[in-house]
Amino acid sequence: MGRYVLRRLLQLIPVFLGTTFLIYALVWAIPQDPFAGKCGQRPCDPAYIAEMSQKLNLNDPLLVQYFKYLGNLVTGDFGTTFNGVSVGEQIATSWPITLKMGIIALIIEAIIGITAGILTGLRKQGFLDNLVLVSTLFLISLPVFVTGFVLRLYLGPQGFDFMDTSVSSDPTIGELILPGFVLGSLSMAYVARLTRSSIVENRRTDYVRTAIAKGQPQTRVVGIHLLRNSLIPVITFLGTDLGGLMGGAIVTEGVFNINGIGGLIFRGIQEKEGIMVTGIVTLLVLVYLLASLLVDLLYAVLDPRIRYE
Amino acid sequence: MEFRTRDGVAKVLNGVSYHVSAGETLAVLGESGSGKSVTAQTIMGILDMPPAFITKGSIKFRGEDLLTQTADERREVRGEGIAMIFQDALSALNPVFTVGFQIEEQLKVRRGMSKADARKRAVELLDQVKIPNAKGRVSDYPHQFSGGMRQRAMIAMSLALDPELLIADEPTTALDVTVQAQIMDLLAEIQKERDMGMILITHDLGVVADVADRISVMYAGRIVEHADVYELFRAPGHPYTESLLESLPRLDLKGQELKTIKGLPPSLTNIPPGCPFNPRCPRVFDRCVSEVPAVHNLGMGRTSRCHIAEEVVARG
Repeated sequence: MGRYVLRRLLQLIPVFLGTTFLIYALVWAIPQDPFAGKCGQRPCDPAYIAEMSQKLNLNDPLLVQYFKYLGNLVTGDFGTTFNGVSVGEQIATSWPITLKMGIIALIIEAIIGITAGILTGLRKQGFLDNLVLVSTLFLISLPVFVTGFVLRLYLGPQGFDFMDTSVSSDPTIGELILPGFVLGSLSMAYVARLTRSSIVENRRTDYVRTAIAKGQPQTRVVGIHLLRNSLIPVITFLGTDLGGLMGGAIVTEGVFNINGIGGLIFRGIQEKEGIMVTGIVTLLVLVYLLASLLVDLLYAVLDPRIRYE
Repeated sequence: MEFRTRDGVAKVLNGVSYHVSAGETLAVLGESGSGKSVTAQTIMGILDMPPAFITKGSIKFRGEDLLTQTADERREVRGEGIAMIFQDALSALNPVFTVGFQIEEQLKVRRGMSKADARKRAVELLDQVKIPNAKGRVSDYPHQFSGGMRQRAMIAMSLALDPELLIADEPTTALDVTVQAQIMDLLAEIQKERDMGMILITHDLGVVADVADRISVMYAGRIVEHADVYELFRAPGHPYTESLLESLPRLDLKGQELKTIKGLPPSLTNIPPGCPFNPRCPRVFDRCVSEVPAVHNLGMGRTSRCHIAEEVVARG
């Protein structure tokens, strides 16, 4: 197991280098003057251009630029934008908010999705099953920003005044529950369906029949024998979804005016702040890679048949 | 016993009746789809209901009718009173738990044993079914066992609660011939040691001859013949059994074409009128098509559901 982990960690290095280089190249290879429109109506001062080009290593070949950037990154320096704002500081304030929201979304989608999946998978057909099927179909077909706006308006003070839907600049966990729910709603529907079909598939297996024939109580037959096998694909989905949630936060953050990395990356792209975009996307790649590593490890724990020697 | 499906009602079992005493082995013999496994699963109470419906009948164990018991009472009987082993041990064992876990689970949950005691007992049980290095293998997963070892582990698990009756549903079908013999020997030995009743479900006449005391032959959800193993092989009392025996390869008839039973067993949603075997029976006559044969008593506990049972048995 230890060697398997080590090998997986080593595999992360080329993947990380490859993806970040691609992002860097894509962002900086835009066939346009990076200084266009940076200094209002007038063209930029040559001295400023020279200083910034020096700072961002724009005069070096792309590969050299990339490695210099990477070198700074390793020392924790994310660089500064054209207006001299530190990217690192921006990320440090926004990152925890998005991460918090992503984890809340993950927890909500796991709990509600898996519960709904188990309940409907165990007794196929009937009212509950149809309810879940229809509501998940509804969630899947609705764009997240629609779900977001509708919930925000109807639950908030202008609607049924059920709760305060506004989110402060330094949000608490309570404030992030509704945005987290919206963010996770799509995946929640997938989790519910995945769990349901997995349970349906496994409940007729021979080992479940054996557990029943052994006279094990129903709770153990389902909770231990059936669930352990059925949750393997669900866990995989949830793990890789964490990365997806981070990227998807851009819409939810927009709807709820949350000061997270979604907004940061959106402004970065709009204002052509390449250094901001690369910084954040690099971080997202890292989260994604670590999450999928975690899934692989968890997978080996859950299913002994795929353990690496 | 019926299965109510979209394609109609399948009368899976019809007037099936047998009994097993302690220390005795009853073989239930039949082709695929004859209802032998369903009978066993009905006894265990592990059929899904619906689609399965028990329209009438009784299953008596220790003098009590299992069918009138509550679900919890029946669950108590499973494993403790009646245990079952299945055909394919690889799929019957849970792939994500160790063999030890699956045995210990029974001891811990059903007997309230401590973890350490359960582990000790699990090793003992694996040892009893002759798994080499039981202590080392107890924490292995089913996929790390060979086919024969898996079936042994399955047997060990079924013995965990010292059942009085063991139902073995084609325990050797998935194994190769040499391992088959070892598993059958093991089952016979364990049964003798524990004076346990055993219902052996099989389609293999060879297996039956070695181990069974009595045989029930099933066809289309009914028992067509019931006899002592020796009597049955000496003189079958039903044309179906007769055909089965004739389809066995024989050393003295080497080189000749093997006899087979023509046609296929009937669909259980559409059993032919009269005797269900009549379309394939070499001795068919007009009564067979119109009248369901009654149970003919042939003496010494032998029965046959054939209009001309006496004639058939006399021929042998």
